[in-house]
Amino acid sequence: MADKQDPRSPVTRFLGALGNGTQIGDIWTKLSHGFTATLMEGQDKQISYEDSHGGIGIRIESLNKSFNGNQVLKEINLEILPGETFSLIGPSGTGKSVLLKHIVKLLEPDSGKIFIDGHDIHSQESSPRNYRYSMVFQSSALFNSLTVGENVGLWLREKRVCGEKQIRQIIREKLSLVGLDGKEEMRTSELSGGMRKRVAIARSLAMNPDLILYDEPTAELDPVTSDELARVIINLKEKVRLTTVIVSHDLNFALYLSDRVGMMHDGQIVEIGTPQQIKQSQNPIVRNFIYTTTKGIKGEDN
Amino acid sequence: MRLISIVGQKLLNTAQAAGEMLALFVETLYFIKEAPRNLPSITRHMSDIGIGTLPVAMLLALFVGMVLSLQTGSELALYGTQEAIGSIVGLSMVRELGPMMTSLLVAGRIGSAMAAEVGAMKVYEEIDALRTLEINPVRYLAMPRLIACVFAVPALVVFADMVGIAGGGMIAAVNPQINVPFNVYYDNMVRSLDYMEVLKGLMKSFVFGGIIAQVGCYVGFKTTGGARGIGESTTRSVVISFVLIMIANYFLTRFMM
Repeated sequence: MADKQDPRSPVTRFLGALGNGTQIGDIWTKLSHGFTATLMEGQDKQISYEDSHGGIGIRIESLNKSFNGNQVLKEINLEILPGETFSLIGPSGTGKSVLLKHIVKLLEPDSGKIFIDGHDIHSQESSPRNYRYSMVFQSSALFNSLTVGENVGLWLREKRVCGEKQIRQIIREKLSLVGLDGKEEMRTSELSGGMRKRVAIARSLAMNPDLILYDEPTAELDPVTSDELARVIINLKEKVRLTTVIVSHDLNFALYLSDRVGMMHDGQIVEIGTPQQIKQSQNPIVRNFIYTTTKGIKGEDN
Repeated sequence: MRLISIVGQKLLNTAQAAGEMLALFVETLYFIKEAPRNLPSITRHMSDIGIGTLPVAMLLALFVGMVLSLQTGSELALYGTQEAIGSIVGLSMVRELGPMMTSLLVAGRIGSAMAAEVGAMKVYEEIDALRTLEINPVRYLAMPRLIACVFAVPALVVFADMVGIAGGGMIAAVNPQINVPFNVYYDNMVRSLDYMEVLKGLMKSFVFGGIIAQVGCYVGFKTTGGARGIGESTTRSVVISFVLIMIANYFLTRFMM
């Protein structure tokens, strides 16, 4: 069997290997995780790790967005309640991911407003924000130059949230929450698609967010892995009280997880309701979407 | 009319790119104050640029020095003035060939890799992920690369100059047509080179290093369109770096005369 290639330099591997309890290893670990993060420990902590609210509300008012004259979002009005799991479903290209990217400020709207925890997030007046959000990307967006543990602990180390010992403890806890105990030292290239998604979730959870957003979490995953992922998200919902927004075209996944579901079509939200209400909706667009995703075997009646 | 419109659009795009590159440069400079906390990343990039490029830079410099000595020395020998070969190779290497050749090599080898790496991060949403993690991509990606480049390129130039001069001296000594002993070659070279000449060459390479890092990162940040886009960014970064290095070389030479 071919050896798995470790992209780290031989010096880094050697010094890393010393990291198990020796003083040289500890110094190297501190150096490689940010020199001054260690030196400035205790005097530069801008963020308290424990100040999560545990769920915040989102209100979207008359949101519009166009790309090169093509209007992708049309007068979107939506309210997501604190602690709620809300899914946006709909076919590809209806603006779901674009809407999500507005919520995390990766895109600016042409018009309209988004309020999170009562703050207009695109307002020019900078008011101090006392909530945190994180996003799990469709491609997982893990940093390939970092190990699993380093990916999960990136925010903690960059923001100097706490000491190295506590950071390692948090990394272990978050990986455990997503069922990846003891995988800290793995390279991201060694992970399967489902594991990458779970690492991305652990990285988001490491921020102790009030709001977590998932962009197509089941894309490129087989049904069994999708089901595992659904269970991970449901477990999180039980253990960590946060607001969850999921964008997906996987109807079953969305209905299984969500408190409420919104159906998007052609840049507009055409229906909002509980999973039961969505399933029984008489809206032809919703009915067509449900039919096309659950039609079963050709020739058999549903 | 259509031609004017196309040329006008190209000019506007160039002006916009220049403005964006300048804005990126200013933002990168702003984050230099955060350099100590990115020390591991800076040293890693310096190692990639410096140690990774050193063998090929030295090999290139050796042969450039040898060719320079061979061609110039044989011409000088026709007039019996071949003893000046030490000064000519020394000045050429230190003033022009060392900084230019090394910078072009780094632009091709490292600048393109930077554009590809940052471009892949852009395409695969890693830069968006950095933003959602409240980490400024310019601080995390561009600043360490700029610092690494502006120090590693001059360091490489020092080695390239030394090896190029040594290669020139070797050919001057062993070629029967030139036949200048190494001690004569060395004395002439030392007599015509002063510290300011070396410093000017290093100043150039410092600027060229900055250009390579900035272009690589800028092109990477602007990458769109998947694998094809990454490939295009790689090519674009090399072309832009080469052009900017040539232009900067003229103006730096003019102002340091």
